[in-house]
Amino acid sequence: MALLEKHAILEKSPTLLLTFSLLVVTVGGIIEIAPLFWLENTIEEVEGVRPYSPLELTGRDIYVREGCYVCHSQMIRPLRDEVERYGHYSLAAESMYDHPFQWGSKRTGPDLARVGGRYSDAWHVDHLIDPQSVVPESVMPKYEFLAETKIEPTYVTDLLNTHRMVGVPYTDEQLEQASADFTAQADPMSDFDGLLERYPGAAVSNFDGQPELTEMDALIAYLQVLGTMVDFSTFTPDPSR
Amino acid sequence: MTDRKIDETTGTETTGHSWDGIEELNNPLPRWWLWTLYVTIVWGIGYTIAYPAWPMISGATSGLLGYSTRAEVAEDIAAHEALNEGLVADLNSADLSALAPSDDLHRYAVSRGASIFRAQCSQCHGSGAAGAVGYPNLLDDDWLWGGDLASIEYTIEHGVRNEADFDARYSQMPAFGEILPADEITSVVEYVVSLSSPDHDSGLAEMGSTVFADNCATCHGDTALGDREVGAPNLADAIWLFGGDRAAITKTVENARFGVMPAWGLRLSDEDVRAVTIYVHSLGGGE
Repeated sequence: MALLEKHAILEKSPTLLLTFSLLVVTVGGIIEIAPLFWLENTIEEVEGVRPYSPLELTGRDIYVREGCYVCHSQMIRPLRDEVERYGHYSLAAESMYDHPFQWGSKRTGPDLARVGGRYSDAWHVDHLIDPQSVVPESVMPKYEFLAETKIEPTYVTDLLNTHRMVGVPYTDEQLEQASADFTAQADPMSDFDGLLERYPGAAVSNFDGQPELTEMDALIAYLQVLGTMVDFSTFTPDPSR
Repeated sequence: MTDRKIDETTGTETTGHSWDGIEELNNPLPRWWLWTLYVTIVWGIGYTIAYPAWPMISGATSGLLGYSTRAEVAEDIAAHEALNEGLVADLNSADLSALAPSDDLHRYAVSRGASIFRAQCSQCHGSGAAGAVGYPNLLDDDWLWGGDLASIEYTIEHGVRNEADFDARYSQMPAFGEILPADEITSVVEYVVSLSSPDHDSGLAEMGSTVFADNCATCHGDTALGDREVGAPNLADAIWLFGGDRAAITKTVENARFGVMPAWGLRLSDEDVRAVTIYVHSLGGGE
């Protein structure tokens, strides 16, 4: 019991108590968090995952700004009913370039992890302007102002650069071309070959159907890429994980 | 601190702690509580041995039971598929047009198709399949690309005007706002209205009929009954995809429409596509 008697020393000194509490939390933290950085099953390599294009990344910011994650998760759990409804269960690597990730924990609306390509652009426009016009039973609010809010690529290079600072591997070329790629993706008449080379599989479309570049364009560009990067007809995840 | 003594009133030893003269009795913890604690500790150790738990150099310990979330869901799906194996094989090999509604296979396909429809198709076509503005009603007998089983299956499999499938049904009406003068558009709209509504200006419609014959009849047909080969809608049946008032028709003529449907063959299995085909066909408009 001699050791327990010594505990009184800690209890009587706030500074010592704080120091040792911190030490205990640090040990716990190292055991729980540190292995995530080297364990292979947490950094599974997956074909096809690429950083978001400038327009998609802008759309992602709008998604976060509007709090879409409050009602929509982006994480298909490995359960039969979820896989049947939403598609292949989500892999950690699919959100490796998400800062922060949008897994969410609340589903008032459906999961959006694989919503890309599931609906037409026109449906997204109809649905964002007035969700009840296409899904009468929906409780989603209207986002018609997105189609009226024009956007410029003024800060898009900074946005990409910020993501590069936290570890997204944007190349110098991608940063230089950010403004051009931003506008090219929403214009099917543009020269978008470079964009597709830098961001394979990016959807090029006049997403909102109007000549101006709006927040609606950016948000739909983001929604249309969700869950489409990994081709599960050619890639099979390791089943033991 | 170690000033333990026996409390006079209760005869129990004190902890030796004293706060402003108040002392604490050193009563033992209740037995049931203590044993529960010990059991949870033992159970916790056993759990980390049985299930994946401890982080090691290259991976976590896999656990004696060999449990894996991914393997479990794969097993669950396989077990479920095995239950319907026979029916699914029949569905994939059956001649859909030869199935009678009373057949077990038909009934199975309709209920399988209905559940897929609610999860995948209802967002555009509505949970009752009655459609919405821009998204066709599947209950009626007005079909853009054909309402027999083979046509419906093709439409579901490949979709309409999408870029993901080269075999998608494709057609594009010109935006006549850039081709025809405004007065000709007004007259041709009046003509189109006249086809299904008695409430129209017959003089204007008469003028519009010439414009129609010159510009629209190639696809929509001389009598405006449409052409399923190119997905040109019937304009004389008072069923409107994008609205039938003059403003909506004018918008359609000026800008054209470009309804897109995804290629479900890329997302659903063959048997799922066939099940939805039978379900949609059974809704009332099937040919």
